[in-house]
Amino acid sequence: MSDQTWGCRRLGVRYGATVALEEVTFAVAPGTVAAVVGGDGAGKTSLLRALAGTVRPAAGTVRRPAERRLGYVSAGPGVWTDLTVDENLRFSGGAYGLDPGELERRVGGLLERTGLAGARDRLAGQLSGGMRQKLALAMAVAHEPDLLVLDEPTTGVDPVSRAELWRLLAASAAGGAAVVVATTYLDEAERAATVLVLDRGRSLLSGTPEEVVAATPGLVVEGTERPAGLPSWRRGARWRAWSPDGSTPPATGPVTLDLEDAVIVAQLREDRRWAA
Amino acid sequence: MTRPPAAELAAAAGATRRFGELLAVDGVDLTVAGGEVVGLIGANGSGKTTLIRMLLGLLAPTAGRVRLFGEPPSRRTRARLGYVPQSLGLYEDLTVAENLAFSAAAYGSRRAVLEGDLAQAGDTLVRDLPLGLRRRVAFAIALGHGPDLLVLDEPTSGVDPLQRARLWETIRASAERGAGVLVTTHHLAEASQCDRLVVLAAGRVAAAGSLAEIVGDTTAAEVRTPRWEAAFTALDTAGLPVSLVGRTLRVPGADPAAVRLLLGDAGVPAEVAAVRASFEETFVALAT
Repeated sequence: MSDQTWGCRRLGVRYGATVALEEVTFAVAPGTVAAVVGGDGAGKTSLLRALAGTVRPAAGTVRRPAERRLGYVSAGPGVWTDLTVDENLRFSGGAYGLDPGELERRVGGLLERTGLAGARDRLAGQLSGGMRQKLALAMAVAHEPDLLVLDEPTTGVDPVSRAELWRLLAASAAGGAAVVVATTYLDEAERAATVLVLDRGRSLLSGTPEEVVAATPGLVVEGTERPAGLPSWRRGARWRAWSPDGSTPPATGPVTLDLEDAVIVAQLREDRRWAA
Repeated sequence: MTRPPAAELAAAAGATRRFGELLAVDGVDLTVAGGEVVGLIGANGSGKTTLIRMLLGLLAPTAGRVRLFGEPPSRRTRARLGYVPQSLGLYEDLTVAENLAFSAAAYGSRRAVLEGDLAQAGDTLVRDLPLGLRRRVAFAIALGHGPDLLVLDEPTSGVDPLQRARLWETIRASAERGAGVLVTTHHLAEASQCDRLVVLAAGRVAAAGSLAEIVGDTTAAEVRTPRWEAAFTALDTAGLPVSLVGRTLRVPGADPAAVRLLLGDAGVPAEVAAVRASFEETFVALAT
């Protein structure tokens, strides 16, 4: 980790006897978006909480800016449902120490950017999921943080709102922030500059999406029938399979890999390791 | 089990549903035949949920026609349908085995068989299961009575890629046995798993066909520049729907020449080319 990056080294997080994260190393540079990927229980939230300083590491080190230079949106509503949109923005901006004049200027700009200007007097609890996530993101960026940490901002959000959310977080990166986004969607992670894939609390894969895909061992093939003797999965009406030794089974052909294939292969290898 | 080939299992013809002033679904045509997986894609408020409720027989159309297995939706057609709602519809305070027994009794069908790591989970309370396994229990229950039509709402939300692939294996196996499958999803990568897509926007069918047919010749302007931050800010400020992919920018639907001009005015050196739009970019353009 250089002086310019935020992140963690050999991080461990435990809740009582439960190991949530073990030996996880992760870095995010200013002006970039890093995606943290994994299913339910993979450890995404624990990593993000450690980066945001809301959980104490059991092992390893975390490098993050001072609290006032950090923006964090936890999973869940992330807004005060009994306050209006406007009140939410003012309350959190005040909590981050913005003076009233500065707050006024930024709240106006953020309401415009997020398309929430027409809803500024509505209770946050009455907003749709997508609008609520945009409000939570606006609250986290109002003080222009150095590190922005977002826990599944797009889960359950429709694709139109999702595109808007990604535009907002890219705008933060363009403004110099280091942005960390947790997601279960690999097509989203493919847009990030770097990706960390977590599985059962450990780092499974990391690098740029291109590096992660290129590092996949063996060969992934596709055919209309399930290839015998190889770990396989569905892609649409066809079958894909992983050929560890790089040979092409009969009636299949190699495919251009994407991040989804790369993660499936890594999980298959990990399952073999656990089973052994 | 043998079935007549490719029967039309679900059909909406000009299906319309009005709630007072609001026209939630406006003249929608949709069919699901045996053996195919159809994706129903739409943003919030597009009418997806209302259409599904009409197909399930929970809501009557105010105009047009909805048929399940050739007849109006009823209790009888319900018995030939498997439905997995996004919330999964499981009893969290019952064990896996109790959930299965309850559903088998309700449908008068044989109890679903649990496979793999679920086989050991019979005595576990559903609420204590990880999400991936809970989804598989919901699938097992929906499939337990051998339904002819499966309706799945966000079937793989929240699970990892391998679990998602396993769930899709089950969905595909159902289709290959002859069932029709209707999937609604926000997850556009999941759309590529379907045989055919119907895109809803503002209560109407905005596009229908295969993914390649829907994308058609829609393009995006792709921007490569050593100064993506400045380029992003310039395009974003101009009100263009710019997105960041790694360190490359994309502007769906934009004319490359116009983008080049805008960046030139902002003093940002860039190469701009027209590339094929992604399904997501096409969808957002259709939905807004």
